[in-house]
Amino acid sequence: MSTERGVLSAFDWRRPRVRRTARALHGVLLTLLFVAGLGPMLWLAKAAVTPTQDTLREPLSLWPNGVDFANLATAWTRVQIDRYFLNTVWVATGSWLTQLIVATTAGFALSVLRPRYRGALTAVVLATLFVPAVVLLVPLYLTVVDLSMINTFWAVWLPAGANAFNILLVQRFFDTLPREVFEAARVDGAGPLRLFWSIVLPMSRPILGVVSVFAIIAAWKDFLWPMLVLPDPAVQPLSVRLPALQRFVELDVFLAALAISTVVPVALFLVFQRLFLNGSALGGAVKG
Amino acid sequence: MTTAPTVAGPALATAVAPRPPRPRRRRTPVTWVRGGGLGTVLFLLPMLAVFLVFSWLPIVQAVVMSVQETNLVTAPVFVGLDNFRAVLADPLLWTAVRNTLWFAFLALLIGYPIPLVAAVLMSEVRRFKGLYSALAYLPVVIPPVVAVLLWKFFYDAGPNGVFNTLLGGVGLGPVPWLQDASTAMFSLVVQATWAAAGGTMIIYLAALTAVAPELYEAAELDGASVWHKVWHVTLPQLRGVLLITFVLQIVGTAQVFLEPFLFTGGGPANSTTTILLLIYDYAFANSLGGDYGAATALSLMLAVVLAVFSAIYFRLTRSWSAG
Repeated sequence: MSTERGVLSAFDWRRPRVRRTARALHGVLLTLLFVAGLGPMLWLAKAAVTPTQDTLREPLSLWPNGVDFANLATAWTRVQIDRYFLNTVWVATGSWLTQLIVATTAGFALSVLRPRYRGALTAVVLATLFVPAVVLLVPLYLTVVDLSMINTFWAVWLPAGANAFNILLVQRFFDTLPREVFEAARVDGAGPLRLFWSIVLPMSRPILGVVSVFAIIAAWKDFLWPMLVLPDPAVQPLSVRLPALQRFVELDVFLAALAISTVVPVALFLVFQRLFLNGSALGGAVKG
Repeated sequence: MTTAPTVAGPALATAVAPRPPRPRRRRTPVTWVRGGGLGTVLFLLPMLAVFLVFSWLPIVQAVVMSVQETNLVTAPVFVGLDNFRAVLADPLLWTAVRNTLWFAFLALLIGYPIPLVAAVLMSEVRRFKGLYSALAYLPVVIPPVVAVLLWKFFYDAGPNGVFNTLLGGVGLGPVPWLQDASTAMFSLVVQATWAAAGGTMIIYLAALTAVAPELYEAAELDGASVWHKVWHVTLPQLRGVLLITFVLQIVGTAQVFLEPFLFTGGGPANSTTTILLLIYDYAFANSLGGDYGAATALSLMLAVVLAVFSAIYFRLTRSWSAG
């Protein structure tokens, strides 16, 4: 019971003045969080099915002239949000797979196989964390141009794999796995491939989940890089296409397109809330 | 540290006292392959390939390109420090530096205390704690492009804009938001804070659960009030995390791009042109081919300034964070 406490003790909670103040502050906080956190989302959901004129004249009224569900269908078909949505799914899936393959194989080699040069290699990988992304922008772009990857998804997938943070996370998790299990498997004749596939990976579901969810969300959010390497609208994901669409699509359909673009990340968040909110992934990284 | 287990014997062998010294096994490519060295390299291959091509080489290339004149057509020419001189002589650079500092300052002023206060309050919540943190984190998962385009609509300068309608309800406004050089940067910072606060708050919440309850109990024995406990126990216990989130925020805001790019494109009257926007303009805005040398020179200068800042910062605060 005593480990559950924060600043306020059980005694503090029994004092009426403290309790009333705490309750009032929490009420205010919850209200503000509803307005700031959920408010814009609810407004977007409402605007997605509201005619343009109503949104422009009375942005805060609830459907003064009825609901217009056709916005969503128009956005999906005529504005081709379906295609950009599919492109986004492709971009996210490929980035996710690349990151997972690179991080697990590297983490396995460095943490379980432990070659002599492990320290030096880990250092050059982690050193890239200290290089701001902006330094890479132009040379990486020219690399992709040299490799003729412009307008192919590889231009997004492969650079996504060079993520030192993932390797750090996975390596740290593998370091905590019991080494006796690996020894036992070796004695039973398991080679490195067998050890990796049948023993280490099945034991690593929690960290694979963390890396996966963050990889997919990050790919869904990314804007500048896909904009540079995917100039052809036919292969652009939603985040790149939406700012361009704003110029020639009617407002109600545009807001419907924004709403559609938000559904997947929000759904992932609601399903995997615990991964995001227990702070272990981010907090662990920040504490070093 | 455990050594790589090769044979399950040496440990015992050394324990038995007198024994002729075993001839040391020579390491040849064959023993290396038999010992699993090749397998290890095969496992490292995906990482080595991806990091080499998309991380290590581009970092080296950035340094090389900053002293070259490069375009995609002719061969690069060595030009010494000309790129750096050209960037430093660009009057727009100092505008961009000023704007970026202003953005960073406003973001600290508005964005630094909010997650901290919210997290300290929230850690005392006894029921529906998950609801609080889920609501706070929701803006973080919304794609930034969607959020900015949505807020751009909210920021409509007319009296029927969403925010101006709300302000009009209490007799204020209309505020020009993004349309005016004096309010544009402030509007950007408010949106950026809204988008980022939840992430920082989760970090603080995790750090708060690590504060030992004994510290609070000791303070209570000394008769500390609630406010004293927050000031003398909670905040000092968080200082390590607070120091890091401070530097992360500075490094992040120094590289702000999306908000000025999508909200204002640097306007009005260059009042929101940031350093990253300038780098982007050097390299990519001109459809005839970019000035890649100037862009890499400026990004290297930014990286060095940030590295020096972080080094000095951690040096100055070392005693404070350790004590």
